[in-house]
Amino acid sequence: MSENIKISIRGLYKIFGVDPLCALEHVRSGAGKTELLDKHQHVLGLQNINVDMREGEITVIMGLSGSGKSTLIRHLNRLIEPTAGSVKVDGDNVLDYDELALRGLRREKMSMVFQKFALLPHRTVTENAATTLAVRGLSERESTPEARKWLDRVGLNGYGEHYPRQLSGGMQQRVGIARALTSNSPIMLMDEAFSALDPLIRTDMQDLLLELQRELHKTIVFITHDLDEALKLADHLVILKDGLIVQNDEPQQILLNPKDPYIEDFVSDINRARVLRVRSIMKPINGDKTSDVHGEVNLNDTLESVIEKSNGDVSHSYIVTRDNVPVGIVDMSTLVKALVPRVSAEKAARKF
Amino acid sequence: MADLLAKAKGGEANSAPWWEFSFPSLDALNKACASFPQSRDVTKGVEEVFLAIKDALRIVLDPLTQPLSWMLEFILSVVQVAPWWLMLPVILLIVYLASKSLRLVGFVAICLGFLAFIDHYDHAMQTLSIIFVCAFLCVFFGVPIGIAMSRSDNLQRIIIPILDMLQTLPPFVYLIPLIFLFSVTEPKLYGIAIILYAIVPVIRLTDLGIRLVDEDVIEAADSFGMTERQKLFGVQIPLALPNIMAGVNQTIMMSLAMVVIASLVSAPGLGVLVLRGIRNLELGVGLVSGLGIVLLAIILDRVTKAALDRINASQKSQ
Repeated sequence: MSENIKISIRGLYKIFGVDPLCALEHVRSGAGKTELLDKHQHVLGLQNINVDMREGEITVIMGLSGSGKSTLIRHLNRLIEPTAGSVKVDGDNVLDYDELALRGLRREKMSMVFQKFALLPHRTVTENAATTLAVRGLSERESTPEARKWLDRVGLNGYGEHYPRQLSGGMQQRVGIARALTSNSPIMLMDEAFSALDPLIRTDMQDLLLELQRELHKTIVFITHDLDEALKLADHLVILKDGLIVQNDEPQQILLNPKDPYIEDFVSDINRARVLRVRSIMKPINGDKTSDVHGEVNLNDTLESVIEKSNGDVSHSYIVTRDNVPVGIVDMSTLVKALVPRVSAEKAARKF
Repeated sequence: MADLLAKAKGGEANSAPWWEFSFPSLDALNKACASFPQSRDVTKGVEEVFLAIKDALRIVLDPLTQPLSWMLEFILSVVQVAPWWLMLPVILLIVYLASKSLRLVGFVAICLGFLAFIDHYDHAMQTLSIIFVCAFLCVFFGVPIGIAMSRSDNLQRIIIPILDMLQTLPPFVYLIPLIFLFSVTEPKLYGIAIILYAIVPVIRLTDLGIRLVDEDVIEAADSFGMTERQKLFGVQIPLALPNIMAGVNQTIMMSLAMVVIASLVSAPGLGVLVLRGIRNLELGVGLVSGLGIVLLAIILDRVTKAALDRINASQKSQ
């Protein structure tokens, strides 16, 4: 994964209402969301958003409904105009673009997948997938093979002549993904792309996305309200609340060091053993200790697999390796401690 | 004002009880004081204004609407010249292409065959051809107006009251100013009346249809960088088509209603027979031609509805 920053958002504000610029002054001088609504009748959508999204990574923006996550993703391709701030893609400020440049950005650089699929009901699956090329003026003969290729890739071989209504929800969203992939844009915006699907199909689609990502290395911005989904997909996790970024870090770090009670609450219900990985809790090797270890585990193993390996014995410890080179050590007592979220421990203490 | 009223009352018999005084209308006021105009002066004033601008209006409207006369004259002469064994198959072919239903084609064949059998073929064809021209022009002008309305809230605010007026104005009222503007012998006289009356639903439903297009799909279209043009022709119009077609159906039915009334101003067709039935108290002629109009109405309605259903079936999402 490269360190190149593909999308950089700085000081982004969005206020809905009659006179957003005036309301912006109030926000800058410290008015909160409720105050702004009560006193000035403006809705604070986003407040001082600063995020960097790295090339080739999946950045997940998570928050409950009303937290502004869908508003935020629409600022990237300017489906919504911000009140203040800047959005830079490859160093260019998108907000300076005129109509033509903006259309170019939407056609060549960013493609979007929608929660409600948003397929064209009167076009066939192939025609739908080819839409992103057709808008650039490519003829059907040029765009169809490309659309077919991506439809095959997402597992819709042979459905090309069907109409969207003939497909199930999961398959329709596959068309949505194929349509975004057909454009060959380096950035993919996914707005709650899997939220409308039932849990099993959702897992399938997450796996499909991760598989595609291993191959294509796109810059993906993924919106979700589901923490499990966020943790599964994210290379980088941004948590939004009331239009404000609460925490913005690697998912493992957020899980281990939640910054505020809101996130603690959030992460307390998670199966930590399945999400946390050895690399997040290992300690550096101190020469002498290497003798009484019980085996080796990989850097990216989940804690669940280590517990399985230890058969539940808390006295064990393991050498952590990356590409068969030892890089650290993990002992079971640390591991078990990491499994207990801070907040639930406190709650339990309060109870008794 | 009170003095004047008292004077007016005083002038009349004093025996009337006090509560029986008349509303201070123009005529009542004029009785008391001759310097008030009478209400017939108002209607006369309206008439004079209309007559004064009539010539100017005609100079503008006459050439603008002349093509309508030509089109109506042309199609009426075509159906007159074309033999029945050519016209009927052509109509049945159109029915088939629109509905793709052989049952409906059979039904239309029986209805038209019946009308021809009782010697109403010529009149029915004249009625159909007038409807054809007028409904075509309604769609031709109505759809763009509807599209323009759907894109501008201001335009919508202006046009909706006009549509409301056109829709509520009794059909006979359309005819009055038109008779003064154009000669009664010109086909465009009834053509304009029919178009004004029948264009309303197609405008309304085009506007509604485009405004009802799924926001998500429009957003998706925007996110792929579609131009306004691509969006209009590739997304909005196709998705609004069921509503637009419902408007076309209504427009055709309303043209049929108006073409009967328009026989008062020399529109040919079945309406002439109905009029004869009323004028000469020829009960049978009136009823049979009325039945003919009902049959035409059923044919037009079924065919357009079948076309609409076909579009609906291909559009159902999810």
